[in-house]
Amino acid sequence: MGALTETRVIEASEAGFATTRFEALMGWVQKYSLFQYPYVTACCGMEFMAMASPRFDMARFGAEAPRFSPRQADLLWVVGTISQRQAPALRRVYEQMADPKWVLAFGTCASCGGFYDNYTTVAGIDKIIPCDVYVPGCPPRPEAVIDGLLLLQDKIATGSRTPAVVKPRTDPTTAEHNELVAADRLRLGKR
Amino acid sequence: MSIVVIDALKQRFAGAILETHAQFGDDTAVVDPDKWFEISRFLRTDSRCAMNMFVDITAVDYPDREQRFEIVMHLRSLERGHRVRLKARIGDPFGEADDDDDDTVQIDSVTPIWQGANWFEREVFDMFGVVFRGHPDLRRILMYPEFKGFPLRKDYPANKIQPLIEFRKVQEKLPPFGPDEGMSFGRQTHEYHRDDPQMIEARAKKPKSKVLLAPSQQKAPASQQKAAVTQQKAPSTPQKES
Repeated sequence: MGALTETRVIEASEAGFATTRFEALMGWVQKYSLFQYPYVTACCGMEFMAMASPRFDMARFGAEAPRFSPRQADLLWVVGTISQRQAPALRRVYEQMADPKWVLAFGTCASCGGFYDNYTTVAGIDKIIPCDVYVPGCPPRPEAVIDGLLLLQDKIATGSRTPAVVKPRTDPTTAEHNELVAADRLRLGKR
Repeated sequence: MSIVVIDALKQRFAGAILETHAQFGDDTAVVDPDKWFEISRFLRTDSRCAMNMFVDITAVDYPDREQRFEIVMHLRSLERGHRVRLKARIGDPFGEADDDDDDTVQIDSVTPIWQGANWFEREVFDMFGVVFRGHPDLRRILMYPEFKGFPLRKDYPANKIQPLIEFRKVQEKLPPFGPDEGMSFGRQTHEYHRDDPQMIEARAKKPKSKVLLAPSQQKAPASQQKAAVTQQKAPSTPQKES
């Protein structure tokens, strides 16, 4: 048992090595260096600012530096309603981004058009560009967005390009959910 | 409050004032559309009225009326402190005046009198297709130039869209979305109640909470946790013995 507490200095000459697959290494590297392009069109932009600023601090997840040129970005945040008039601009921004690139739909309007079911709104950005992660909410809570970002990072790490949706941790129509909410309120001392 | 204005109008344009009423203290005059410009100029220049502030101009489509469109203008006098609403009815009955090049839906522009009316009249033109005679720059203001028709007319189909670029050919929404999710609220069927067998089945298929967590957030399996605990404890045991 004494061997466990023994301290030993590793010499430079005996430094080891690790083996991994190249894709796994690239995925690990890419998921922590997301350069983002915020395409902010509507009220969700306020929540995006909260996400980016110190209170919720997106920088913790490596998605730190916004690039206001699509050529330097690899994560496109579509934040807000996209109108038919704006659709060509959004597609052009997407096409200008260099591979590999990912798209995150921030909020209900970007995901599916939300309540704007009318003559002027695109019912979801996936009508125009492929989308990786949908974060519903009007606007989504920053926690939900962080969930979406982590989901995207996992997808990058595993190389999966199937779209994913951020959903509540529990189904709000079930008794299980109500119990959890009640327990949470009790813990926080709320009535 | 602004009954002075209505009286002045009645006095000056006896035949052109079709109807007057007051709604919630706002005096309203329904006027002859042919005298629209003249009446507007009178309201601006006459010293009793002095309507120097243009507030708003818009239109309403009444499908069951003999004259389909009603132009509504709100004016205010900053000097006299009163306000007035002016209305004019134009157009053919519903169903006859639905062509884009219909020439009955016309009225004089008031932009020469109040510069502020410029963009408002463009919006009314854009949404309702009302042509303002004498407007300096009557183009669409909100919709794109390629747009056909006028979206706020009652005969514009509610679900008609005119995309500028071709949409991608993809299926409606992919698997992570439930049977009634991932579309505009207006297009949701709401056929699936939470007690509906299909929804119960969809809920049952979904593993509880687990699939919703990202892999990195999921708890490690119990066997791994145990191993970690024993490793942590191991160094402390020799210390106790000594």
